[in-house]
Amino acid sequence: MFAFFIRRVTQAVFVMLVISLIGFTIKQSVGDPLREITGISVSAAERDALREKLGLNDPFLLQWGRFLARALQGDLGNSFYFKRPALQVILGKAPATLELVFSTSLLVVLLSIPIGIYAAVRPRAWLARFFMGVSIVGVSIPVFLTAILLIYVFSVGLGWLPSFGRGELVTLFGGWQSGYFTSDGLKHLILPSIALSSIMLPLFIRLIRAEMKEVLETDYIKYARAKGLKPGRVLLVHGFKNTLLPVITVGGVQLGTLIAFTILTETVFQWQGMGAMFIEAVDRADTSLIVAYLVFVGALFVTVNTVVDLVYGLVNPMIRIAGRR
Amino acid sequence: MQGWRGFRKSYFVYSFLRDPMAMGSFLCLAILVMVSFGAPLIAPHDPYDSSTIDIMDSEMPPLWLDQSDARFLLGTDSQGRDMLSTMLYGMRVSILIGLGAVALQAFMGIFVGLVAGYRGGRFDAFLMRLADVQLSFSTYMVAIFFGALFQAAFGMGRYEQLAVPLLVIIIGFAEWPQYARTVRASVLAEKKKEYVEAARVIGLSPGRIMWRHILPNTLTPVLVISTVQVANAIMSEAALSFIGLGMPVTRPSLGSLIKAGFDYIFSGSWWITLFPGVALVVLILSINLLGDWLRDFLNPKLYKA
Repeated sequence: MFAFFIRRVTQAVFVMLVISLIGFTIKQSVGDPLREITGISVSAAERDALREKLGLNDPFLLQWGRFLARALQGDLGNSFYFKRPALQVILGKAPATLELVFSTSLLVVLLSIPIGIYAAVRPRAWLARFFMGVSIVGVSIPVFLTAILLIYVFSVGLGWLPSFGRGELVTLFGGWQSGYFTSDGLKHLILPSIALSSIMLPLFIRLIRAEMKEVLETDYIKYARAKGLKPGRVLLVHGFKNTLLPVITVGGVQLGTLIAFTILTETVFQWQGMGAMFIEAVDRADTSLIVAYLVFVGALFVTVNTVVDLVYGLVNPMIRIAGRR
Repeated sequence: MQGWRGFRKSYFVYSFLRDPMAMGSFLCLAILVMVSFGAPLIAPHDPYDSSTIDIMDSEMPPLWLDQSDARFLLGTDSQGRDMLSTMLYGMRVSILIGLGAVALQAFMGIFVGLVAGYRGGRFDAFLMRLADVQLSFSTYMVAIFFGALFQAAFGMGRYEQLAVPLLVIIIGFAEWPQYARTVRASVLAEKKKEYVEAARVIGLSPGRIMWRHILPNTLTPVLVISTVQVANAIMSEAALSFIGLGMPVTRPSLGSLIKAGFDYIFSGSWWITLFPGVALVVLILSINLLGDWLRDFLNPKLYKA
């Protein structure tokens, strides 16, 4: 286990180094840091002196090392547009994204488990077939199109739900702006959460159905049934519990997909989260915010994946030796 | 002629004709591909020719609604372009980018998978680790990031000019690991067989063994994932265009048409965004269904279950 742990952590560190190298290269090649701090009136000689003083003439690797050291202390540079530390800007937008992701996960968990189990138990029932058919169509509709259709039907057509923004917010301790505590905020959450879960749901329904079908074939399920246990108990305690491990591992790996679809959903609903901020930064050519987002999401992602892998290795010893998949 | 008759009598065609789902989706796909590539001949207007576009014609509804114009079957968009023609041209761009991206990723993936699988050792371990890491980031993430980086590097104007090749590179690069892993897995299985041993014994070069002996035997799984990959690439292109990292509105793809129409949905002009949306979904759905059928047909393992 120790060797596995070391191997996974080394790999995570290596991936982070590569991400920071990519980010740093972009920063180097696109923006000129001198232009950010000096005005037009600064003479060429002064510029050169400043350049030398800031270490901008140093070798590439040395500057990269400095970038890394600062990044480790949480300093990812300043955003050109917001004139604030980039990490602060990103963290300020994080609550919106997290709330959207949390409501979506809630929807996915509450719906995919019963539907997945049902479709595995009664694969030939017309309702199960209907769910599977809908999930194929759901996978084929891009998330932004689902979002647009929802807006058209429920906001423009029926006028029931708001189509953009987060609505009325309540500031909690630590400056967390939450939409969970006002009815207006909750109303604004409905459409984005449905849109985002429309793409994640089919995936999980199919996954749970496939795993559940496999488990239901095993001998211990037959034995549990033969013992005369209640059918519900056999399904949930004996069957479903054993599908959880693969579902959680695959689910953890879907984080990247979720982040990408969050970017799309936030763009459609003008949801003021990290994804919309990223796209705005791209439009404004705010390179240092783009790089900060890249490093931030990369770090988040590598951490989650490594933890998922480690937990999996802890539970399933086969993985430690053979590597994943 | 002999080959054609053999093909017509083959089990492939037989089982294809027996499956209404496969037939239907193939028919659908064939029609969409034909009308989009025949766009210059079929389309009633030319959306690239600005002299035929009149801003006074903008936002006209489709023919069956009030205030429509007989010239525009599916209405017009915000610039007064005929929706039907613009969609046909846009679909052509989408399909072209999809095919180009798949060609690029297949080339990269097959090359890496073949060499890594045949050589083995540290080289193989490194490349596959790389593929794993990139895959775990999900292809959309990689594509969005590279789109953003290219746009930052080239600037908005140059990016829009070079949009088609850049999108092909971005999407192709984002998805090569799929091919690399598929090819490597079958290379590992083929490598142990006698015919490879025989080729080695008569002294053929490793390159020749890889490309002429092993590669043809690994192409079935490549064919299977290729269909789904084309659908994925078209989806990625639409997503990138939608967030403004893809085709500009002046040279629209389906994704940028949807994006352009989205701004007008609040004023009730639903057709600008809905028609390209439906076209995109039908295109992707028919490719996916055809891919499903092809996978079931070519993968005999599934028959056992």
